[in-house]
Amino acid sequence: MDFLRPADWREALAAKAEHPDAVPIAGGTDVMVELNFDHRRPERLLDLTRIGELGEWESGGRTVRLGAGVPYTHIIERLHTELPALALASRTVGSPQIRNRGTVGGNLGAASPAGDAHPALLAAGAEVEVASVRGTRMIPVEEFYTGVKRNALAPDELIRAVHIERADGPQQFSKVGTRNAMVIAVCAFALALHPRTRTVRTGIGSAAPTPVRARAAEDFLNAALADGAFWDSGETIPPAVAREFAQLCADACDPIDDVRGSAAYRRHAVTVMARRTLGWTWQAYREGEGRAAACA
Amino acid sequence: MRVNMTVNGRPQQADDVWEGESLLYVLRERLGLPGSKNACEQGECGSCTVRLDGVPVCACLVAAGQAEGREVVTVEGLPEYAERRTSGDAGASALAPVQQAFIDAGAVQCGFCTPGLLVAADELLERTPDPSDADIREALSGNLCRCTGYEKILDAVRLAAARTSVSGEAS
Repeated sequence: MDFLRPADWREALAAKAEHPDAVPIAGGTDVMVELNFDHRRPERLLDLTRIGELGEWESGGRTVRLGAGVPYTHIIERLHTELPALALASRTVGSPQIRNRGTVGGNLGAASPAGDAHPALLAAGAEVEVASVRGTRMIPVEEFYTGVKRNALAPDELIRAVHIERADGPQQFSKVGTRNAMVIAVCAFALALHPRTRTVRTGIGSAAPTPVRARAAEDFLNAALADGAFWDSGETIPPAVAREFAQLCADACDPIDDVRGSAAYRRHAVTVMARRTLGWTWQAYREGEGRAAACA
Repeated sequence: MRVNMTVNGRPQQADDVWEGESLLYVLRERLGLPGSKNACEQGECGSCTVRLDGVPVCACLVAAGQAEGREVVTVEGLPEYAERRTSGDAGASALAPVQQAFIDAGAVQCGFCTPGLLVAADELLERTPDPSDADIREALSGNLCRCTGYEKILDAVRLAAARTSVSGEAS
């Protein structure tokens, strides 16, 4: 096995172009498990931890450009205002030790349907910045997940950053598991209100082959909120609307039975999480968080 | 490959390291530091917790080559590390305050999880000298103990915090 240790981004792209089979490793929280258990014996590891820029983030006008190597701990501590759903999701990742090493770039690279960051990225709105020696492209996060543990990366490409829309309204994240720490999601749900565009967006984890948005549920709720002038009035959302929204979220799932939970349980849990996160975010909106943006 | 790093304040070199090997394996099998324990090898149990450039991590999930040039502190170096933090130089303390507190509170049974808990607890007290119970539970949530039921471990961390704050006020 070779251990490639590029000192900067340009070297990393050159190494990946020369060795498309090289497995990128940052926090190691997925890759090292596969090595330790002999599930994988790659010819080469490509260590990205020497590349300082991957651990940095910039807050631009409407987005945060999050370097692929920023650990979850930093997102929780420093980005919870701009990226509330992602910060909440980050809090549920593994344990302090895992959050000190694990990264959103790694979550995207692994593309597990159970990755905690995915629902938050889908709900907030995000684009993945990927690059190779051939150039850079931006992939909407919805199009990044292509199958179970498969993503849209070409063999010579690396994930450089994720551009995530800064919150313009309340966001929530909810995850079902057997305890708070060290849990792979049975299923997870994120909801973001976007008062600026008067839309809502969803993200569902671990309830389909890939993380998904519940688009029909979003369309239904967007129409219901517009028809009832709820964004202006801030009135409580009628229970029948919340129930229908939750049911449409469950309909967007395509879950399986496995050791963590049954398909039927996952569908049910998604309806509960959808209804609750809608209640929490709308309550926060009613109480003023994000109302200023809607009126501006 | 060869890997150079600083372990417990001393430069160390490991040779013939396999590229897919973990930092934990290097520490235990190549550098003669078996304090960090090898259990789950998947970051679930925390018994291999060490500080990597000051940050608590599972040594089983760090590739050996990623530790090149970095500073590692293991449970073996904890007394010196804690002493340097409080008095500025490394004296001859046999045990870090958190280690003495674990003994006094009866927080050690089989002892297998203890090294990881000590490193995690010491880092908590460095960051948060007067932690709430919620702080302690959160900081130790990545460390599994199957003997104690955790109550004595929580007692030990509270005891270490109380003693550290008393000695801090006295000096």
